[in-house]
Amino acid sequence: MKTQLTVKKIWIYSFLIIAGVTFAAPFVWMISTSLKPNSQMFSYPPQWIPDYLYFEHYIKAVTDIKFFTFFQNSLIISCLSTIGVMISCPLAGYAFARLKWKGRDTLFIVTLAVMMIPFPVTMVPLFVMFSKFNLVNTFLPMIIPTFFGVPFFIFLMRQFLKQLPKSLEDAARIDGCSEFMIYLKIMLPLCQPAILTIGLFQFMFSWNDFLQPLIYLNDESMYTLQLGLQQFRSAQDTAWGPMMAASVLISLPIIAIYFFVQKAFIKGISFGGVKG
Amino acid sequence: MSNPEPIQNDIVVQRKKDEEPKFKLNKKKVHHFSMEHQRARAGILFATPWIIGLLLFYAYPLVSSLYFSFTNYNVISETKFIGLDNYVILFQDRLFWKSISNTLIYAAMFVPLSIIVGVSLAILLNLPIIGQGFFRTLFFLPSLLPVIALSILWQWLLNSQIGLVNYLLDLIGIAGPGWLSDPTWAKPSLVVMMLWVIGNAMLIYLAGLQDISQDYYEAAEMDGANWFWKAMHITLPLLTPVIFFNLIMGVIQALQEFTLPYALTYGTGSPAESLLFYSMHLYNNAFLYMKMGYASSMAWVLFIVIMAITLILFKTSKKWVFYQGD
Repeated sequence: MKTQLTVKKIWIYSFLIIAGVTFAAPFVWMISTSLKPNSQMFSYPPQWIPDYLYFEHYIKAVTDIKFFTFFQNSLIISCLSTIGVMISCPLAGYAFARLKWKGRDTLFIVTLAVMMIPFPVTMVPLFVMFSKFNLVNTFLPMIIPTFFGVPFFIFLMRQFLKQLPKSLEDAARIDGCSEFMIYLKIMLPLCQPAILTIGLFQFMFSWNDFLQPLIYLNDESMYTLQLGLQQFRSAQDTAWGPMMAASVLISLPIIAIYFFVQKAFIKGISFGGVKG
Repeated sequence: MSNPEPIQNDIVVQRKKDEEPKFKLNKKKVHHFSMEHQRARAGILFATPWIIGLLLFYAYPLVSSLYFSFTNYNVISETKFIGLDNYVILFQDRLFWKSISNTLIYAAMFVPLSIIVGVSLAILLNLPIIGQGFFRTLFFLPSLLPVIALSILWQWLLNSQIGLVNYLLDLIGIAGPGWLSDPTWAKPSLVVMMLWVIGNAMLIYLAGLQDISQDYYEAAEMDGANWFWKAMHITLPLLTPVIFFNLIMGVIQALQEFTLPYALTYGTGSPAESLLFYSMHLYNNAFLYMKMGYASSMAWVLFIVIMAITLILFKTSKKWVFYQGD
């Protein structure tokens, strides 16, 4: 019995270590490549740890591309759209979860169905619409819609609000609180973890988004990091060092945020998926 | 809890109901100020931004894309209604069929593998192992990378001459192919990349596993069940709702895959159009050739295909998805 258990453990840990190494290797290789001079980059056999830290690729990455302009653009779009969903989605979520009104359930089903519409299906009319309002080549097409609500986030907010005890607002109603005050003073503070989660999701989505900036932004000075790096890359396909450094740099903010709010993040993902 | 006010209010409403019909107007007024009504008004008010957003950014584009699909809309020349012409041309478009087959082949490879890999990793991470937190973070981390970074990194790793992958294969005596330059290996390469960023799905499976009560396992162990029996008769059946969720999401995502193949090939879909995915062909038609009407007909074909597949999956789900408490 005991040896059987040990054998099982050996199996488990060998699987784990093989999988772990497989998942870690590309990451390590990316960082390693970004930190070594060309001579070591193409050495055979590959050199995992550079002889010395070589930061030239990073300097090249931020000077060859308009890195700081792109960074700023990405930041503006990501922050504003994050604020957008944090305002709009709790509102709709609250209406679906805790208020009774005619057509609510139908509209909720429609909201769920809308989640299934792929962006490529609506992107042409959306582009035409925004170009009619002269908003193409501005950040607004990526920001405005978030202030009206994103179906998946509305769904998450509703699920969260639904499980709060009902006595909360009853007491407030009896005290003569208006519906808006109940929302503002009681519900919003309680929703903080959920609001933080959807904010994070939106920030990540905006930061990593490629298709929308590709459609809406034409001038290089308006590019986001993702778009800028892709354009730079098509011009210099073989500048592996600077490109690897740039890849590390565009990933860092997201990874930093992840470690900062890891707990809320994991909760949000599992919550959104399973309680569907 | 026994605040008298609402009760009084109820009584007022009750009384009005019992009274003569001539008080109808009055009754209405009372009702108007009742909490129910106030709440209903608030509900619509709270939902108004979303209702506007739904109409403006989802319903209108969806309907107008259907309308565009029956026109020759192309920004430059005058828009004319051309009936089903776009669809007729579409079905004769070689690249349309190529992009469909590419997308379907990719989805058929990626979705089952993503379930197998995702569930396996989640089961592994749910065991009481040393460094559980570390491994969870490690397997999740790649999924945080922006797709552009992912594509640059893997283009470097899969480079046929100087790539790390072919070097490692060389060590064990296999001559690695030119992954991204060989039409046969391009799609499998993409599948590998997407499996590397499986973190989100893995976390959802993990949460599903944590929802399964330990009692089931203890009862089975009493009956002398081995780990395989437990996996097949407890873990997998009880995980089917989560598998189903990820299956639907995986299929929908795979069918509209855009950024990774676009970034890898700069929109060309090379080699030999083997990475020309449906959404890329759609994008190229709409924004490169400005054939917006034509692209809209492609959009609707995609929409209908996704709807149909989702519906079929839902229909079959009754046979294999088990909900706890049913």
